[in-house]
Amino acid sequence: MLDILVSGLLLSGTYALVAMGLNLQYGVARIMNLANGEVLVLGALAAFWLYTTAQVSPLLTVILVVPVSFIGNWLIYRFLLTPLVRRSKSQGALEVDSILATFGMSFIIIGVMVSIEGGFFAYKYLSEPISIIGSTTSLNRLVAFLIACAIGLALYLWLNLSRAGVAVRAVSVSTEASGLVGINVPRVSAFAFALGGAITAVGGALISTFITLDASIGVVFTLKALIIVIMGGVGDIRGAIVAAIILGMVETAVATLVDPGLTLAAAYLIFVLILLFRPQGIFGRRAT
Amino acid sequence: MIRRNLMKLAAAGLLATSALIAGPASAQDVVKIGAIAPKTGPLAGGAVVTQWPNVQLWVEQVNARGGLNVGGKQMPIELIEYDDKTNPGEHIKLAQRLAEQDQVDFVVAPYGTGFNIATAPIYGRYGYPMIAVSAITDKMEELTERYPNLFFTLGTTTSFVDGVKEILIEKRDAGVIGNEVAMVNVADAFGIELADRARELLTEAGFELVYDRSYPLGTPDLSPVMKGAKDSGAKAFVAWSYPPDSFGLAEQAIIEDLDVAVYYSAVATSFPAFVGAYGNKIDAVLGAGGTNVDDPKIAEYRQAHLEITGKVPDYWASANTYAALQILEQAIEGAGTLDRDTVTQYIKDNSFDTVMGELTFENNVSHTFWSVGQWQDGVFRGVKGSNVEGAVPVRVKEGWAE
Repeated sequence: MLDILVSGLLLSGTYALVAMGLNLQYGVARIMNLANGEVLVLGALAAFWLYTTAQVSPLLTVILVVPVSFIGNWLIYRFLLTPLVRRSKSQGALEVDSILATFGMSFIIIGVMVSIEGGFFAYKYLSEPISIIGSTTSLNRLVAFLIACAIGLALYLWLNLSRAGVAVRAVSVSTEASGLVGINVPRVSAFAFALGGAITAVGGALISTFITLDASIGVVFTLKALIIVIMGGVGDIRGAIVAAIILGMVETAVATLVDPGLTLAAAYLIFVLILLFRPQGIFGRRAT
Repeated sequence: MIRRNLMKLAAAGLLATSALIAGPASAQDVVKIGAIAPKTGPLAGGAVVTQWPNVQLWVEQVNARGGLNVGGKQMPIELIEYDDKTNPGEHIKLAQRLAEQDQVDFVVAPYGTGFNIATAPIYGRYGYPMIAVSAITDKMEELTERYPNLFFTLGTTTSFVDGVKEILIEKRDAGVIGNEVAMVNVADAFGIELADRARELLTEAGFELVYDRSYPLGTPDLSPVMKGAKDSGAKAFVAWSYPPDSFGLAEQAIIEDLDVAVYYSAVATSFPAFVGAYGNKIDAVLGAGGTNVDDPKIAEYRQAHLEITGKVPDYWASANTYAALQILEQAIEGAGTLDRDTVTQYIKDNSFDTVMGELTFENNVSHTFWSVGQWQDGVFRGVKGSNVEGAVPVRVKEGWAE
């Protein structure tokens, strides 16, 4: 039982890292970013590459990755996605356009990554056993979990307590109305997109310490992130975290008690149930 | 008068066109070789280790020698390569393009069991001999009967399970393990086929599968699987696994300090990245494949691979992949023609001198291959195989310390 709790919580941390960034990008900037997983793998590649060529600690890479991916994602939003935002007549149109644009972008990122490292990003960092309340786990998972908690908490406090955070939430509720009350919507959207990208890349760098990734694996993470964001409710950081915990706990419980072969089935079953009974997501607002 | 002139003109035109068509064909001075394999997608991580560097190595070496000697004429190789994105549909489209548009003379067989089987009809239709390497199945007889252009070189499902079974029996007889075996497999065609066969063969041999579970491809957290295997108390662990999870299982085994005397994981255990990630902790880990690094031919091949491609070859199918290209080379030169039917027949009738030794085909299947290898002091050595020399004794796994 304790094993399930510990492993499940740690896996939830991984899932939260995967999904929090997309939640900001989709919830606030209204960009359904299908290159989310590729940005994550890019963060992983940075950690792998710096560790194997220069013995840079992945934890240091995590810090380096923040400004680089923030600026990179800001530039992507500013020059690639802003024209789409301006041109779109409705949110639906923007979603379709952004799906196509970011889908294309994902191939470019994959191509760049393959040219740097086509094989597996195989390295080990902090791969030491550690015992938590009698259950063995690895230090790297624990570190990733703690950082995920810190990011989640910081994000939650910032969104709820700071003026800028409130502006971000306002944009996520309604772009028109927040524009009317004097919020600079394009700037807030660009900021949210860039911040989301930075969180995703940090997640990738952390995850790469315990999961062996390769350049093409991004789509797996995009799918997981999509499920979590939609389950939790678009644009609510609490939703993403709660959904990540549900998914992590259920997958671990099923793998331990029933059969590891059924983890995916269990995850999708919950997803379908939530869509059936609460289509707006756990914390989502009902569309008016 | 006008009519006659027109006739003349038409005749001249006809002559000119036929000269144009015939021109390049008769003046062909390169051999076009097509290669399609993943550079992106789930199988890319394996293909960029095992498949692509060998294609590059072989083409560069042949061209450095001045090309292939086709009936007394030296013809360099022109390589045309495509990324199939690990998508069989994409591969078949590209195969058609190779045949129709690029008009390549020969092809390199695809990467992956499913891909070789899925593309056998299309390559067969154009008459290309396909010397498959990264393809393991028990249906070889049926497939080669249906597709006479298809050759297999890496062994059957049963031979891989047999290798593991022999080791388990040896270790049971030696008293290091009991009858209990913990077995897991990745839930895709490859893992399921191997696990099914292993279930039969191991039970027949008197083993009891005290833990027998599958997990989906790309499972992010394999700790429940490893905890389950550990709790079963078995002293032997067998995983029919694929690249990302072979790494993940080893990681969890180290974390859980899995107490076993025999630890086996299938694909990617033989990759240089595996020892790169875990160092000495994975000493005495068994895996699919193996090689004999002391064989001078293999040593020379590994050196050239590193020098030309800048990459260390894996300790399994890399050498077989290169050997398959050597077979193609020797068959083209031996047949002295680019005619595909003649070359295919030549492959069936002759034996070939390769880095894997002397290879011959019996009903399109070569029975020279390694099935199980083991990491011993930083080198993955072959411990079980068929018609190969240099197998070393199997060591017992003693803990996961550095």
